[in-house]
Amino acid sequence: MTKRAPNSVVAAVASAADIERIYRSLRLIRRAEEEVARIYPSNKIKSPVHLSIGQEAVAVGVCDALRPDDVVSPTYRGHAAFLAKGGELKAMMAELYGKATGVTGGKGGSMHLIDMSHNVLGASAVVGTTIPVALGYALALKRMGTDRVVAAFFGDGATEEGVFAESLNFAALHKLPILFVCENNFYAIHTPITKRWATERLCERVETYGIPAHQIDDGDVLKIRAITANSIAQIRRGERGPIFLECRTYRWREHVGPNEDFDAGYRARTDLAPWVEDDQVAKLGAKLSDSLRAKIDASVEREISDAVAFAEASDFPGPGALRTDVYAN
Amino acid sequence: MSMQTNSPSPSANTRLLTYVDALREGVAQEMRRDPRVFVFGLDVDDHKAIQGSTFGLVEEFGPERVFGTPLSEDAMTGVAIGAAMAGMRPVHVHIRMDFLMLAMNQLVNIAAKSHYMYGGQVRVPLVVRSMIGKSWGQGAQHSQGLHAMFMHVPGLKVIAPSNAYDAKECLIAAIRDDNPVIFVEHRLLYFTDAFVPEETYEVPFGKARVCTAGGDITIVGISNMLVECMRAHELLAEEGIEAEVIDPISLLPLDVETILSSVRKTGRLLVVDNAWTGTGASAEIVAAVAERLGNGQRFEAVRMGYAPTTCPTTPALESEFYPDPAKIARAAYAMVRPGQPAWSPDPERAKLAYQVKFRGPF
Ligand SMILES: Cc1ncc(C[n+]2csc(CCOP(=O)(O)OP(=O)(O)O)c2C)c(N)n1
Repeated sequence: MTKRAPNSVVAAVASAADIERIYRSLRLIRRAEEEVARIYPSNKIKSPVHLSIGQEAVAVGVCDALRPDDVVSPTYRGHAAFLAKGGELKAMMAELYGKATGVTGGKGGSMHLIDMSHNVLGASAVVGTTIPVALGYALALKRMGTDRVVAAFFGDGATEEGVFAESLNFAALHKLPILFVCENNFYAIHTPITKRWATERLCERVETYGIPAHQIDDGDVLKIRAITANSIAQIRRGERGPIFLECRTYRWREHVGPNEDFDAGYRARTDLAPWVEDDQVAKLGAKLSDSLRAKIDASVEREISDAVAFAEASDFPGPGALRTDVYAN
Repeated sequence: MSMQTNSPSPSANTRLLTYVDALREGVAQEMRRDPRVFVFGLDVDDHKAIQGSTFGLVEEFGPERVFGTPLSEDAMTGVAIGAAMAGMRPVHVHIRMDFLMLAMNQLVNIAAKSHYMYGGQVRVPLVVRSMIGKSWGQGAQHSQGLHAMFMHVPGLKVIAPSNAYDAKECLIAAIRDDNPVIFVEHRLLYFTDAFVPEETYEVPFGKARVCTAGGDITIVGISNMLVECMRAHELLAEEGIEAEVIDPISLLPLDVETILSSVRKTGRLLVVDNAWTGTGASAEIVAAVAERLGNGQRFEAVRMGYAPTTCPTTPALESEFYPDPAKIARAAYAMVRPGQPAWSPDPERAKLAYQVKFRGPF
């Protein structure tokens, strides 16, 4: 049973400036990750990369509806959320290269991106682990009397971990200012949802905790943005605590690494086709004039090549860095 | 690399087998022998089949005996324990050792304790396979050797085979054991090979192997560090130093006697672990030897392992984090020839022990 989001929210409109900004963000993430995939076989990036190519709309739709002082909690598949929230592309690229100028100075790699200056909490390679951490951050924001909100990203697989259920209950109980964003791409590594869930009624499961839940089944970036904006407004007003979004989406590349893997046989290329047809990058791009789109595309390419050049030119950390940051002092 | 093991009963039917194939063969043979054995865990039945170690099992034994799970390590461990109590012999597979942390409560508070706290009324014949990762910037949460955490807990058994021969025998012994066994594998060992008998064979836990005989220094290498110690042994031999390299194989129970009698002979003990040294396996080994040495005999001990920090992803720091053959040989040399100027093997030669077959990114 598919539970569609209420039409009133879906009808929310985006201005020309919104479209331009959202397109730029989508395009930047798509192209940056394609560039990562291109560089990867050179072994310059020695950090396992989990690309979000095809899934950008979720991060962009959600982050565009947040204020800069709101917070996101990304996952190891986190390049999109990191960039959509304003994380520095240069520092991300340098991190992938293992350079001292990276977001963690080369210590964390692709799976542990962070940018506290843009309110991007760190990510974890251990699935589900950051959900309660995001909760704790939200608890603190509420306690401090702010109206800031946390958006916590996780995959469909993460909902199977015990900590997910424990977190939902606590968030509802304490009416925490948190938006749960499940990026449901139907797979955990190579295992489809049908082998992991007895039913797909995720939103219903979540609702029994007393948390309103919406399913967005088509990956439409403007719909995701509108529903997020509406949800965030409610959360900010302190009306009813957490809200849950299940955003259905599709991973175009392999689970980890730069390639496609449809030849592995665990999923069919025909499953990909409708998502490519409905590609949000192209769709938003088509709403812009050719000249404006070309201008944005050119600036995106410049930003990416600057970031790659920055990463290439940066130094590796010196051996002394190995033992710094073990303890705060 | 192929490894000369002084295997207990060299069989006519041996052939070179990789570690990963030895694991697969061992579990398949046990599943044929004993219908109570089943294999489950995230990804055991996908096309990558845990680096190939569970490959073909679902085809041969069917999805009731070989199945993937939701991402629910904590609950799945409890399920394995319950099934074991009911008389089954589950093999629960984790593609990373780090994920065992989610199952810690079940492993420490239920699996390890049940036989004792229920007065012997239940047994937990459970095998937990887990892999230590390394390299390609997998970093902090995908490269930890956490065996010492389990060595702390009576009721568990902990084994860390370093070669294909032991991998097969240990897996079979673990399946046949009536206790929970934490089976520690290392990603870099998967494509190393050794001579492995075709038939099933089993040795009791708690027996270390003396890999090379030598009178100058005792070197104990844990898990994949045994491979690096063997290389260090070669480098040292060229300098005229004879190292006795010991593979403990079984960490709990630990064969202290074998290590002790070697140290009695050499008076020097270097323990190299693929883990941190603090309160770790190396600390335990040194302490166990020190306690038992007796007769006022003195010995010199050095521990090597991860740098006391979190594993970084950048290759610039990763090499500083891990022990390697050059570091091991250098430390051993300094122990054996304390008065002499420091010595370092040719870096090019020392490099050779690295597992060249390993490729990222997984
Ligand atoms: C606790 C834990 N168990 C298993 C894994 C291995 N693993 C890495 S990614 C992944 C799939 C997660 O799927 P999902 O949450 O849907 O996120 P996606 O990768 O699809 O974005 C698994 C099982 C892990 N990293 N952590």
